[in-house]
Amino acid sequence: MYSFQPSEEQQMLVDAIKRYAVDDLRAAARDADEEGQLPPELIEKGWELGYLQASIPEDYTGFGERSAVTGVLAAEEMAYGDLSGALAVMTPGLFTTPILLAGTEEQKAEFIPPVIEMEWKPFTAALMEHRLDFDPNDLETVAEGDGDVYVLTGEKTYVPYADAAETFLVYAALDGATQGFIVPGDAEGLEVGERQKLLGLNALPLYPLKLESVRVPKANRLGGDAGHDMAPIMAASNVALAAMAIGVSQAALDYSIEYAKDREVFGVKVAQKQAIAFLIAEMGTTIEAIRLLVWEAAWMIDQGMEEAFKRAYLALSGAIDTAMMVTDRAVQILGGHGYIREHPVEMWMRNGRGFATFSGLAMV
Amino acid sequence: MIEFSTPKPIQQLQTVVETVAVNMMRPVSREMDENEHAIPWDFINFMHTAIKSMGGTSMVPDSKNGDKKAEEKKEKRPPIGYQRLAFLVEMLSWGDAGMYLCIPGGMLGSAAVAAAGTPEQKKRFLSRFMGEKPVFDAMAMTEPQAGSDTSAIRATAVLDEETNEWVLNGEKIFVTAGQKALEESNGFCVIWATIDPEAGRAGMRSFVVEADTPGCKVTKQEHKLGIRVSDTVSIHLQDCRVPFENILGSPTVEKTTKGFKGAMATFDATRPIIASQAVGIARATVELVKEKLAENGIEIRYGLPRQKLTNIEREVIDMEVMLRAAWLLTIKALWMADNQIHNPKEASMSKVYAGDIVVKITQKAVELLGPLGYSRELLLEKWFRDAKITDLYEGTGQINRLVVARNMLGYRGSQLR
Repeated sequence: MYSFQPSEEQQMLVDAIKRYAVDDLRAAARDADEEGQLPPELIEKGWELGYLQASIPEDYTGFGERSAVTGVLAAEEMAYGDLSGALAVMTPGLFTTPILLAGTEEQKAEFIPPVIEMEWKPFTAALMEHRLDFDPNDLETVAEGDGDVYVLTGEKTYVPYADAAETFLVYAALDGATQGFIVPGDAEGLEVGERQKLLGLNALPLYPLKLESVRVPKANRLGGDAGHDMAPIMAASNVALAAMAIGVSQAALDYSIEYAKDREVFGVKVAQKQAIAFLIAEMGTTIEAIRLLVWEAAWMIDQGMEEAFKRAYLALSGAIDTAMMVTDRAVQILGGHGYIREHPVEMWMRNGRGFATFSGLAMV
Repeated sequence: MIEFSTPKPIQQLQTVVETVAVNMMRPVSREMDENEHAIPWDFINFMHTAIKSMGGTSMVPDSKNGDKKAEEKKEKRPPIGYQRLAFLVEMLSWGDAGMYLCIPGGMLGSAAVAAAGTPEQKKRFLSRFMGEKPVFDAMAMTEPQAGSDTSAIRATAVLDEETNEWVLNGEKIFVTAGQKALEESNGFCVIWATIDPEAGRAGMRSFVVEADTPGCKVTKQEHKLGIRVSDTVSIHLQDCRVPFENILGSPTVEKTTKGFKGAMATFDATRPIIASQAVGIARATVELVKEKLAENGIEIRYGLPRQKLTNIEREVIDMEVMLRAAWLLTIKALWMADNQIHNPKEASMSKVYAGDIVVKITQKAVELLGPLGYSRELLLEKWFRDAKITDLYEGTGQINRLVVARNMLGYRGSQLR
């Protein structure tokens, strides 16, 4: 059966997140972007909404189970407020979700509860590498077995909160296959570089991370001796980012509508001009179309369908283009005002471009 | 609960219809296209027998007579009538979008009767589809000077109080299946006319005109870019008399345009059906492109970062994104219709998006396949021509953008013209 109605529980979570996203994240977004930081109490408030905790089973001190559908609904609303803030609140999920998906029983029991039981702490992950042909399935960072340890060597980029990280999940190529490794924040040979300055996401602290012969116990390989498949983890990232791209797009659309209905031009509101109204119709139509694609991909993940991985990839592909198209048009609809940093649309346009790049920066 | 599974009864139907599309439509698709105005009787007779044996009167779900609620209670399942129709139309259009339009009893005329007719009218006009021979229906709205601007319709209907008949006069164009409905079978055409030219849209009504009614004449068959197997005709109405009972809706002019809006509500179901047609053509195209690429050893590397993809991979991936998203918009609009959730915005969205993407996909596909794509040895060039109609009829892409924009912005027609 087809149905497009979130469950009551999902709706309650979505409503709570939306309130936080608009009242807290959005309200703080401009200052955070200019100052390059998010107030810790803002992140903590978002953390306490329990979106991640609700995706972790009771066995690991959470209070629910993972649902990618619930995850994309939550991620979209979070990003509707502010992308930097949303990614900050969700950063611990970069660590716990792959462990939940691919970890051994021991790894889940050991590594998930300390994240879930406490206040928000910088548990994080390092996947991306600083090169134009970066490919999550073809990493230059390598892991080599040496007795009862793996030795990790390479350079990572765009690592959230690397400067203060409790524990990292570092991805490296082991015999050519991408594998995750749990690396303590104080491991020897880890070197956090200077904070990265980017086109957008200015409020989210991102760092390069150098690994020089970092030795981790073999037990810290995600999935243990057998290792793990990367596809479910990439799918979790793809649908999360796709949902957040839709959230940013919806924010830009709503702002454009409000502006266009208020702004006078030649004796009418600018929204009454077909030139603008048609832009808005296409923005709304595309957002809705791609949102459904994201939902379906998430639903397929929850159903355990093999085809889900490809669909999640397609959903992100569509969402990348949607975010760029919609945020660009939002700036266009505001005209010269859209270019001024008094309005958020220029920030959303900068953030929107990033979805093509942000591999592994969010998980649901 | 958010869900995306195809209901079981629809899955079974899909398999059956796919067999029809593969065996009855594709093999004659080219021939019918090349012989414009020939009627595919073999296919029509087959479909007529098939629909009858499945117990349906026509393809259009009978929505507003309360039957659905009874059915719902009985079966304790959510209603899926329009969604089933979307699956059907998608698959048939995958077979051949023009031949789909030749299926007896499945056109806008019966949709209008089903949506706006009284129980008596439904019985009188829709029961004919169950007879021995295939019967067709049509709807005539467009006039030479009035396309999407239906308030410019000039055809008139005047009540002759002596005989209690409506007298219709005017000129209609672009009537899909009009020839089959009025000349090739004992069908009918739903004709739009004004009962009060001063009243604008408030005076607009539709009338059922049956085959062989004196004064109603098919005058011309169009030659078209695509969907050539489907006849598109002009109708001349000269003192065409129909019984008083053939009016759909109220015979008196009220001050509001409620009656007109009621009729426009038909579009909330029919627009996503056209979107389904677009999706069917688009899917046929994407499948063919992938098949031809595979034959040439070109593999699509899903999962690769976009900057590492070849152009052809990017194009195919974009096609797949658009195709699936269009289908989901369509099925959501019809899920809303089935559940009686007001859906004019979503209906028009599905039509805007599906009409756009099928045109993009077919145009790009012809390019991607080079000399093969442009050649009439494949059906691709035909699909390129067929596709465009979905961006034109049941409201052009632009009209539907207006509807979407008005709904999004909370504007009336007078505020966003």
